[in-house]
Amino acid sequence: MAMAIRVFLLLLFLSYSNLAFSLYEDQVGLMDWHQQYIGKVKHAVFHTQKAGRKRVVVSTEENVVASLDLRRGEIFWRHVLGTNDAIDEIDIALGKYVITLSSEGSSLRAWNLPDGQMVWESFLPGSNPSKSLLSVPTNLKVDKDSLILIYSNGCLHAVSSIDGEILWRKDLATEGIEVQQLIHPLGSDVIYAVGFVGLSQFDVYQFNAKNGELLKYNSAVFPTGFSREISLVSTDTLVALDASRSILVSISFRDGDIGFHQTHVSDLVQDSSVMAVILPFKLTGMFALKTNSIMVFIKVTDEGKLEVLDKIDHVKTVSDALPFSEGQQAFALVQQGGSKIHLTVKLGHDWSSDLLKESIEMDSQRGLAHKVFINNYIRTDRSHGFRALIVMEDHSLLLIQQGEIVWNREDGLASVLDVTTSELPVEKDGVSVAKVEHNLFEWLKGHMLKLKGTLMLASPDDVAAIQRIRLKSSEKSKMTRDHNGFRKLLIVLTKAGKVFALHTGDGRVVWSLLLHSLRKSEACEYPTGLYVYQWQVPHHHAMDENPSVLVVGRCGLSPNSPGVLSIVDTYTGKELNSLGPVHSIVQVIPLPFTDSTEQRLHLLIDADWHAHLYPRTPEAIGIFQHEFANIYCYSVKADKGIIKGHVLGKNCFLEVADEYCFETKDLWSIVFPESEKIIATVTRKLNEVVHTQAKVIADQEVMYKYISKNLLFVATVTPKAIGAIGFVTPEESWLVVYLIDTVTGRILYRMTHHGSQGPVHAVFSENWVVYHYFNLRAHRYELSVIEIYDQSRADNKDVWKLILGNHNLTSPISSYSRPEVITKSQSYFFTHSVKAIAVTSTAKGITSQQLLIGTIGDQVLALDKRFLDPRRSINPTQAEREEGIIPLTDSLPIIPQSYVTHGLRVEGLRGIVTIPAKLESTTLVFTYGVDLFFTRLAPSRTYDSLTEDFSYALLLITIVALIVAIFVTWVLSERKELQDKWR
Amino acid sequence: MEKGKGVMVGRRWAVDFTDNSTTPSSRDIPDPPGFTRASHDQDDSTLSRQKKGAEANWKVQKAWEVAQAPFKNLLMMGFMMWMAGSTVHLFSIGITFSALWQPISALQGVGKVFEPYKDSKVDLLGPKLLFIALNLGGLALGVWKLNTLGLLPTHASDWVSSLSPAQEVEYSGGGIPLH
Repeated sequence: MAMAIRVFLLLLFLSYSNLAFSLYEDQVGLMDWHQQYIGKVKHAVFHTQKAGRKRVVVSTEENVVASLDLRRGEIFWRHVLGTNDAIDEIDIALGKYVITLSSEGSSLRAWNLPDGQMVWESFLPGSNPSKSLLSVPTNLKVDKDSLILIYSNGCLHAVSSIDGEILWRKDLATEGIEVQQLIHPLGSDVIYAVGFVGLSQFDVYQFNAKNGELLKYNSAVFPTGFSREISLVSTDTLVALDASRSILVSISFRDGDIGFHQTHVSDLVQDSSVMAVILPFKLTGMFALKTNSIMVFIKVTDEGKLEVLDKIDHVKTVSDALPFSEGQQAFALVQQGGSKIHLTVKLGHDWSSDLLKESIEMDSQRGLAHKVFINNYIRTDRSHGFRALIVMEDHSLLLIQQGEIVWNREDGLASVLDVTTSELPVEKDGVSVAKVEHNLFEWLKGHMLKLKGTLMLASPDDVAAIQRIRLKSSEKSKMTRDHNGFRKLLIVLTKAGKVFALHTGDGRVVWSLLLHSLRKSEACEYPTGLYVYQWQVPHHHAMDENPSVLVVGRCGLSPNSPGVLSIVDTYTGKELNSLGPVHSIVQVIPLPFTDSTEQRLHLLIDADWHAHLYPRTPEAIGIFQHEFANIYCYSVKADKGIIKGHVLGKNCFLEVADEYCFETKDLWSIVFPESEKIIATVTRKLNEVVHTQAKVIADQEVMYKYISKNLLFVATVTPKAIGAIGFVTPEESWLVVYLIDTVTGRILYRMTHHGSQGPVHAVFSENWVVYHYFNLRAHRYELSVIEIYDQSRADNKDVWKLILGNHNLTSPISSYSRPEVITKSQSYFFTHSVKAIAVTSTAKGITSQQLLIGTIGDQVLALDKRFLDPRRSINPTQAEREEGIIPLTDSLPIIPQSYVTHGLRVEGLRGIVTIPAKLESTTLVFTYGVDLFFTRLAPSRTYDSLTEDFSYALLLITIVALIVAIFVTWVLSERKELQDKWR
Repeated sequence: MEKGKGVMVGRRWAVDFTDNSTTPSSRDIPDPPGFTRASHDQDDSTLSRQKKGAEANWKVQKAWEVAQAPFKNLLMMGFMMWMAGSTVHLFSIGITFSALWQPISALQGVGKVFEPYKDSKVDLLGPKLLFIALNLGGLALGVWKLNTLGLLPTHASDWVSSLSPAQEVEYSGGGIPLH
């Protein structure tokens, strides 16, 4: 059999002598899709002064600065800054530069507004971490140059907006002041820096804007101290809360004299028991105070007196003040009630009238409004219109204009936490005949067009039509399961606690669900989503059930905080069940058992190392008890350098008896020496399928792979080498890798890479591990491979015994039998630094594998596993060559055509997920980061199916032509024979 | 071999001119006048015996020749196989299969090949055995070639290459605590 397959494959190989895995230009978008996102918007700056350029510049929590089209919400340009380069502030200077302050105020960049090219970049030095403030005063000119004022890292900088040069710099850290606000009164050359020293001292510094000269310094002490937030009500007055948050202090610092004026919050608001918060809200003569139920708008009179203007319920968010026509200011507030969202735009100086009041129907899955930004435009009748950009709880961004949602962006998808897949429903019978006929006609038409294309008879219009048919194939976006298993649902959990189901065909959102358990509530202050697991995958005997996924989250940031669980139906997108807050969750172990309804058993480990069994049914307990003795777990304590193995014990001893809770006992532990710090661990994927345990090598020899799901790859480095590359010499840095059996704690393999350091990215599949690290001596990145073989099976060589089945190769194996193993390893240089590594996985595990490497350039490179084969040598023998061993080279080749992402970039790439399709040759690849990218790969080409652009019409015509030719020649030969006989 | 077979098939009818009878009474037609069977008989019988002997000899010789014919074929085949090399491709597979097919078809038609030389006086066992042996040799050569091409399941690898991995008794899970 194997022979036949081999012959077949070889013949196939010959027929495809041109082995290029790339695709043609017109194949882009046929089986891949790419979606661009920006993340949750933090700041937005509108830019609509000039007609025709309706854009908004936004900065987001995913460190993206982008310019969006206000008409459609499309991205004009976008820059993704590094993960540790968070954007603090953005603004527009000179009307043509977007200024971003990032990396805790240490880097300042200017981007060209129309096209997003970087104009200049400045590094702002400073040593004391502090608040970062960016101020772009409108009329502050020094020699025709506009100044940008930045307070960051304890220093005040004035930067030229033309070239980013630092004009002057004042170190305020030595004075101990924490600057809260930079104020530039209109038309003057003076800059005020106001802030607090310690808890109770209020300081005002006056600087000359032109040269940074200190003009005046004043300070005053307020005995009860301040809480840190302040609101500026005019250029010389601000309002602060005292330390107990019960007294509002209005501070005036006109001409250097600082005066305090106190007002009790309880005088303004009746229920004074609640904590009041001043909102950062820049409106002249007014500020907003928020208690947990109502928002109070307070007017500050010239004498520093406070007057309550209004108290409004259900206010979710307020926009900044927007100056428009002759010194008027407007601001927007958003209220939410039921399924509606109410947007009110008010004038700053005239409280009684509303400029705009709109109610918009809002999808309940978007949650609450988190932020609002407003912008005005002039209508055709010369009145002012307003548009509002609203950021919702699920991180989506909406533009509201004239009471309608003009566009929305699902930017929650920029922060994907975890991905799993689900099958689509099976196609139901009873397709109408008319539809089939229509389809048949369309089908024929399509194929005739394709035929024209193949025979090069197609006109440009036809070519366009062919391309359109190929891209818009309704086949790929159907909501039913297909024969090849290409159509699936990607279930994606995002940081906002929203679960999305994306269709693999075209990437559209099929349903989305904002999980209640992952929303901020009194019981759950800081909910975070963690992972999503396949909970129920019905296939054999529970076909009528819908598949479902388990979403695991946590209330709070520490590992001890209680966990939340919810089960979501993947067909309907409804939450079936939700648990929590329950015990803490530090580990989720999907077990290889399912109950009668195909629900997978899961063990959830809490912080005290109690194991909790889910689903909580007697049946699950029954199955679990049956396999109880063979279930182990292990914990990796990276900070302490210990790996411990545990075995399950009796039921937990708790106040309330819980038969689903089990204690764990320590079984073994590996304590790493002081000189080693664990930086990476990796295991095999639970659902990986391996076709065979034998590897046939040259000369028909067999090596038996050591295939165990209980293997753990651990990488450690010296404590000094934990940091970034370049801070440690090769002599003091080494990388040690281990292969550990997690049942017995046996170390199967250990190897030291001297002069190497992390970060380590690794992938474990079948019997091999590939890991990526930095070689300090060679100043290059390296990829290493370890393959592990079972030596105890190697003597199974007697053919007769094998023919008669008289061998022990299929009998179950135990880790306690301590099989003898041998390992082979090899290292290669690799050009790229890596963000993620994954490996292709196929349905049966027959197809050869490819490594998918997420490179630093946010692309995905497919690299054949054949290049990472420890049996490579410089001069392979003839037999080895036949086997497909590539001669050894010191570095791995990077073939430009083998980029899976072809011309696209998956900005901020964080993870690569591979999902097997039903067709053995094909695997589905989903890559996520700020962008999403999905494609289909065939590592050994699609040897088991015809390609998509195969011309059936051509085949049909050929067959018909051949049959006609046979008949014609038959008739002719008959006639000739008859004539011959008469002669 | 092939030629012999062709002749056999092409023959529709035959006249046997050799007359082995000695008594005129047995014949329907009287002997022509002046013809004395007896006087001629002695001479003729020795002559015909001689002739017969020569014919038998010739048949034996021919039979041996036919029997030895596969040897040339064998050499030819061997040369072709050497030329084809030991890698699996269209040419080598074609040659190997023809090397297997020829002996098998020859062995099937062994009776027909020796039919022209069938004679009560001629012992065809020897040539037949040689013919069979040579063809078996050819067959063996083909099988050997098949094996060198790696197309025979004679190695352990052929029997375990699709053996699925053994089941594991224990199951272990865990890792770095979720963050």
